[in-house]
Amino acid sequence: MSAADVQAVQDFVLAEASLLNHALYREWLALFAHEGRYWVPLGGIDQNESDTHNALADEDRLLLSLRVERLLAGRAHSQQPASRSAHVLQAPQVDLCDGQRAEVYTPFTYVESRGEQQIWLAGHWCHRLCREDGAWRIALKRVNLVNAGAAHLAIQLFP
Amino acid sequence: MHRAESMSAELPNLPVHPLVQDDRVHRDLYTDADLFAQEQQRFFGRAWVFAGHGSQMPEVGDFITVSLSGQPILLLRDAPDRIQAFFNRCAHKGSQLYAQAQGHVGKMLRCPYHAWSYRLDGQALARPLKDGYVGTGLDASPNGQGLTRLPGVRVYREFVFVRLSPDGLDFDTYFGDALRAIDNMVERSPVGRLEVAGGVLRNTMACNWKMYLENINDSVHPVSAHESASSVARQMWQQQPSGAPMPMAMEQILPFANGYDFFDQMGARIHPQGHSLLGVNFSIHSAYAVLPEYQAALEAAWGVERTQEVLQRSPQNAVLYPSIALKGSPLSMRVIRPLAVDRTLVEAWSFRAVGAPDVLLERAMTYNRLVFSPMSVVAHDDVHLFESIQQGLQAQGQPWVSLHRNHVAGESAQSPADTNSANEWLMRNQYRAWAQAMSQPLASELA
Repeated sequence: MSAADVQAVQDFVLAEASLLNHALYREWLALFAHEGRYWVPLGGIDQNESDTHNALADEDRLLLSLRVERLLAGRAHSQQPASRSAHVLQAPQVDLCDGQRAEVYTPFTYVESRGEQQIWLAGHWCHRLCREDGAWRIALKRVNLVNAGAAHLAIQLFP
Repeated sequence: MHRAESMSAELPNLPVHPLVQDDRVHRDLYTDADLFAQEQQRFFGRAWVFAGHGSQMPEVGDFITVSLSGQPILLLRDAPDRIQAFFNRCAHKGSQLYAQAQGHVGKMLRCPYHAWSYRLDGQALARPLKDGYVGTGLDASPNGQGLTRLPGVRVYREFVFVRLSPDGLDFDTYFGDALRAIDNMVERSPVGRLEVAGGVLRNTMACNWKMYLENINDSVHPVSAHESASSVARQMWQQQPSGAPMPMAMEQILPFANGYDFFDQMGARIHPQGHSLLGVNFSIHSAYAVLPEYQAALEAAWGVERTQEVLQRSPQNAVLYPSIALKGSPLSMRVIRPLAVDRTLVEAWSFRAVGAPDVLLERAMTYNRLVFSPMSVVAHDDVHLFESIQQGLQAQGQPWVSLHRNHVAGESAQSPADTNSANEWLMRNQYRAWAQAMSQPLASELA
């Protein structure tokens, strides 16, 4: 792992959070690889990828684009008023980076607000990045919530 | 359409509860905290409420805990073919015996506070410093009698139902033919066995439980409420190359884009006591891909005719009022738990049909995730609207909620009956059962 590679991967994760915080959802979606996946396992950190266990969200690009286009179309009842989010990240920890693949661990707290209401979540991101068309792309973004299995109010954006 | 004809104009239309009229209900049902407290006792106390599933406690000594009407309940398998339902409090000072959602007690139950212990059937077993109780009144008092059993428990094909009050109908009278919805789910397994699998998606929402239960039977709202999700899904799917295989998620979401006629013609059955079956003729679940080998396995187990019945019946929702809503395909169940007058817990459970292909569990998990998860774009619009109604009903200008659609005088005498699915009879039927229970004090109130 060269220092420059590590820095590039850390910057990628920070830039990703910034897009979400600025509600630039189409631009965020463009960071996903063609076969990319956004996954919020119901079992949180304890869930293995091979487990037959559900998820709060488990979406490929098709489903993610449904989510994003619905948000942007301005017709969703539950987005009157619209939600905003803030991700506060710990420095991304790059566990692997060989120029073609990278794995990154990033603890976060997350606030999603809508009108007078606000929810607060915490956990960590596990990114698996790949190179596609000469750039880093998200092969898997796994979001481990500390209280994944608890009863939640609506989570409308992207922890 | 099989709308029932008006039987008689002479039937008396006297309300049994002042807040429930023949074709409308008062907003206090959704907003009044005192009424909620009374409802917990009179209505939920008398009801047979879903508490758990036998597959969660396969071995003797396995238990689950659940909160019902604010009361802690412990379900425990004390014999291979028997499940006990106790109030989850030590007979001594009231500590919950077990605080975790599920586990195994071993050969006896033991309170973590002072080590009072109990046999698996709840009888008092031992307590430390027993000499200190010699000559005291403990043995003769309820505190000395072991764990308190719930007044009613009934296990129907591994679905465990309980009744919190000694008052109320017996189980079979309470549910009647509405239980066929459970039969339909169970017989999707060629060995007749379901297992809870894949985890439970759990939601809280800031609304009264009735908004949620009404909506399960509301076949009119998808066109307007879910337009934002279904129209985008339809557009996106049209942009895919023709002939692309349809992913399971699309197969499940696209039917939400159907129009009013589809949702009205799926048909509904009204059962006594508030129960119902929506989607008697067809539903948004009817067009899922057929699995020939699986069908053959079911035919070998249940015969061709019964298999046809089971597989062709993919109801939108069967409501076993007031605690669960079932789908046969996908094998999904919602559990509705009132927490406060303006707060409700909704869980989405998935089932594995033992001996059936894995894809059935995958369909259940996928559907629950797409439609009933806290992150579901379909649920987001529903929950927003339920919470909006909770606020809207604070308005004092006009206190009634309309349930007039397709109302015919005298219909309440005709249950069970088949009708069109947009008929708000499905909701009126729920409130008639509610009003019956609410207008009658419990024996404990009269004592």
